[in-house]
Amino acid sequence: MKLHQLTIHQLHALLVKKEVTSKEATETLYRRIRETDGRIRAYLLLTEEEAFRQADQVDRKIAKGEEIGDLSGIPLGLKDILCTKGIQTTCASKILEGYVPFYDATVIGELKKKDAVFLGKLNMDEFAMGSSTENSGFQITHNPWDLERIPGGSSGGSAAAVAADECIAALGTDTGGSIRQPAACCGVVGLKPTYGRVSRYGLVAFASSLDQIGPITKDVEDCAILMNAISGYDPRDSTSVKEEVPDYKQSLKKDVNGIRIGIPKEYFIEGIDPEVEKAVRDAIDFFRKWGAEIQEISLPHTEYAVAIYYIIATAEASSNLARYDGVKYGFRSKGYRDLMEMYTQTRARGFGKEVKRRIILGTYVLSAGYYDAYYRKASQVRTLMRKDFDEAFQRVDVIVSPTAPTPAFRIGEKTEDPLQMYLSDIHTIPVNLAGIPAISIPCGFSRQGLPIGLQLMGKHFDEGMLLRVAYTFEQNTDFHLRKPKLT
Amino acid sequence: MEYEPVIGLEVHAQLLTRSKIFCGCSTTFGEEPNTQTCPVCTGQPGSLPVINRKAVEFAIKLGLATSCRIAPYSLFARKNYFYPDLPKGYQISMYEFPLAVGGFIDIMVDGKKKRIQIIRIHMEDDAGKLKHGETPETASFSYVDFNRTGVPLVEIVSGPDIRSPEEAGDYLRKLRSILQYLEICTGDMEKGTFRCDANVSVRPKGRKEFGTRTELKNMNSFRHVEKALEFEIKRQMAALEDGEEVVQETRLWDVDQGVTISMRGKEEAHDYRYFPDPDLVPLRIDENWVGEVRKKLPELPDEKKERFIRQYEIPEYDAEILTSARAMAYYFEECVSFFPEPKIVSNWMMGDLLRELKRDEKEIDHCPVTPKHLAEMLSMIKKGTISGKIAKDVFEEMYRTGAYPEDIVKDKGWVQILDEGEIERAIQKAIDANPKQVEDYRKGKEKLFGFFVGEVMKQTHGKANPKLVNELLKKKLKA
Repeated sequence: MKLHQLTIHQLHALLVKKEVTSKEATETLYRRIRETDGRIRAYLLLTEEEAFRQADQVDRKIAKGEEIGDLSGIPLGLKDILCTKGIQTTCASKILEGYVPFYDATVIGELKKKDAVFLGKLNMDEFAMGSSTENSGFQITHNPWDLERIPGGSSGGSAAAVAADECIAALGTDTGGSIRQPAACCGVVGLKPTYGRVSRYGLVAFASSLDQIGPITKDVEDCAILMNAISGYDPRDSTSVKEEVPDYKQSLKKDVNGIRIGIPKEYFIEGIDPEVEKAVRDAIDFFRKWGAEIQEISLPHTEYAVAIYYIIATAEASSNLARYDGVKYGFRSKGYRDLMEMYTQTRARGFGKEVKRRIILGTYVLSAGYYDAYYRKASQVRTLMRKDFDEAFQRVDVIVSPTAPTPAFRIGEKTEDPLQMYLSDIHTIPVNLAGIPAISIPCGFSRQGLPIGLQLMGKHFDEGMLLRVAYTFEQNTDFHLRKPKLT
Repeated sequence: MEYEPVIGLEVHAQLLTRSKIFCGCSTTFGEEPNTQTCPVCTGQPGSLPVINRKAVEFAIKLGLATSCRIAPYSLFARKNYFYPDLPKGYQISMYEFPLAVGGFIDIMVDGKKKRIQIIRIHMEDDAGKLKHGETPETASFSYVDFNRTGVPLVEIVSGPDIRSPEEAGDYLRKLRSILQYLEICTGDMEKGTFRCDANVSVRPKGRKEFGTRTELKNMNSFRHVEKALEFEIKRQMAALEDGEEVVQETRLWDVDQGVTISMRGKEEAHDYRYFPDPDLVPLRIDENWVGEVRKKLPELPDEKKERFIRQYEIPEYDAEILTSARAMAYYFEECVSFFPEPKIVSNWMMGDLLRELKRDEKEIDHCPVTPKHLAEMLSMIKKGTISGKIAKDVFEEMYRTGAYPEDIVKDKGWVQILDEGEIERAIQKAIDANPKQVEDYRKGKEKLFGFFVGEVMKQTHGKANPKLVNELLKKKLKA
């Protein structure tokens, strides 16, 4: 196996045995990026100088015989929505072109402490708004399994880079499925942690009550390793939770005997691709065979999820994105005559179409006279959705569903129909609204060779259970070992 | 027709915490622009607010001091609007769930207590400041200073209970006094640490319904608040008299012209699109916390006033004035501790002392005459070392120079003459110089007694003890 194809734990083993240096690994990955990223277009920015400096540091430690951690010297990719001190952070938006943060996101600081190597910043839908990465203000990212297709979104750059072996693992963010859906589209593992598990400080906000940072990796073990590094309470994020973080590697057991798995009837609806449904049903059979207790459950408010998501998320976004006004940083339109023109021209030219659509929608639902009918009502229904899950989790330990209703669609296929695009997140959105964790793992391939994702949803702060069930499935199947033919 | 004004005030007070409300930056005033800033208070992408518990404690203090109920659950909300001094594009305030509700402040109106309701007190972050280019090269530019961004504010909303500009002034002074007693705000309107907007309407006297109100802004001193209200009340009354309607709008007080000017109408009013701030968890204040804060509350103006009346047996009027500022009350009690005759101390403070301070627009904590000095001077009067008349000069000298009263009296040779021989000699001189008047007096023209007192005082440069002069003069003139 080639260096760039390794997982975190595999590369770590080689580093410890001094069979390879972090510098060599980093070089190999940049070589790989040069070979393939012209076609994938996952990276917005490569940070070679910093990466080699970080790698050298680790190599010196290893040479001195110092003990190193799981992530020391491991080359990672970062979604370009995470603030990196001294390194441009754009959220794939023209309005933040040239913006260089003067502080690190908490997760970046944590990974730096653990001597991880950052290869560069990865493409995404502008401000994480989208399901295909086509809304990037800069470039379209292609699915490594079929370059004509989307990699999913909004963390499409992260998922594509991991699938194409352009990084060992990556961080993404998930507001309505933005880690899990691209992970499913690209045949990799993606975990959205419990809301409050990982600090949001330095994650550029799209919808504050829904956003979470999480890993996108080649296998479940890597996912556990990254979760160990990024989880935990942060005094700088009031919504992060003071809840003890277990060692997630301890959850990697090949055993689901007696685990209660729920199948929500509302998730197997019309519009699901038959191949997707079959792959998921096969996975359910697998769990049954391995001793899990399968039961059908109901999440009765599921049908409202997409509607209330597009009220709550856009409302928060309309406020979160108000700061991009041309006054302090990023893009400012030229040729304005007064303040109002500076604002309107900057925002009209700096934001892309989808972002503007959502700002307008969000502004509308918060407006005087409409607040009660939309935002307040949506918040109430959100509470009911949480209750659906609470009740379901009285009876089951894990809920299983497809991650996305279809495999990756073609580039341009849904760009003219935002509603169709929004429906690609129908299975992932309820998880964010409820604040629970969920993971997507590869569970099959379509006849056309496109990956299919299985979503496992868990109780608040029960990521350990998700990793265990996912690990059991993964270690007894080989979907995660298949590689796209890029050469 | 007779009209009655209806006024409600919204006060913004800057809290005296060392760090800002949602980040650790210093609140120090007057530093170089943008030096007291961080990712949070400059609205950097990805930054998040964290509530400063000290600021909450200060707000609880104010809530308790104004007899409000402290909400066990309050919620920060975003108030969305665009302005360059507002880096996040929204202010973090409180909307549906304020921190404190249902309190009151008592003021004195025509010697009677009047209660002004406090509808609510909530917390929010202050905005930055815009500076416009002043040189020819920079004239077309505006600059933003974010040092003030994120300084904690409390907004105190009164009920529509105020019925005159004077009452408004009294309410504001009382509120400021409470903030100062609590040591949570400097209360300086000129510097903007204490700001006031006013809602005002008029209605025919006796009618229950409110008239259409206007909101007044841009009043930077107590005097301006009163003047702006006076103007606005007259303007509205004149409009109603002429059969016109008052338009609901926001108006600015124009200091130079002494008028209020329409700023924006109801149609142009902002839709702030308030909604709960998802970056902050609800603020939960339990009984214990409230209890702890309550324990730390100092004696407040009203309590102090009652105690002064009781303990020092001074009139209510005196007590009201002496407790109107914490520093004034402190001065009084300090002085009384050295010279335990409260009414005399009170008379001097409310007379000469306050007059001098008012003339110089000085606060009592900057008074050049210390409580100890004043007490010493009062002792000298009591002992007869100086006359009450001379004391006025001594006081003025103390105020001007800050010197000890004894030194002044010694230097100026103002010690009172108590020597009977010396006074008798002066009387003799006066009698000798005015034989005609002596004769008239003895014939019964007793009014002339004052004339002789004056003559004797002239001889002694005002230093003769008046009591002795009276006694001895009476004896001499009889003879």
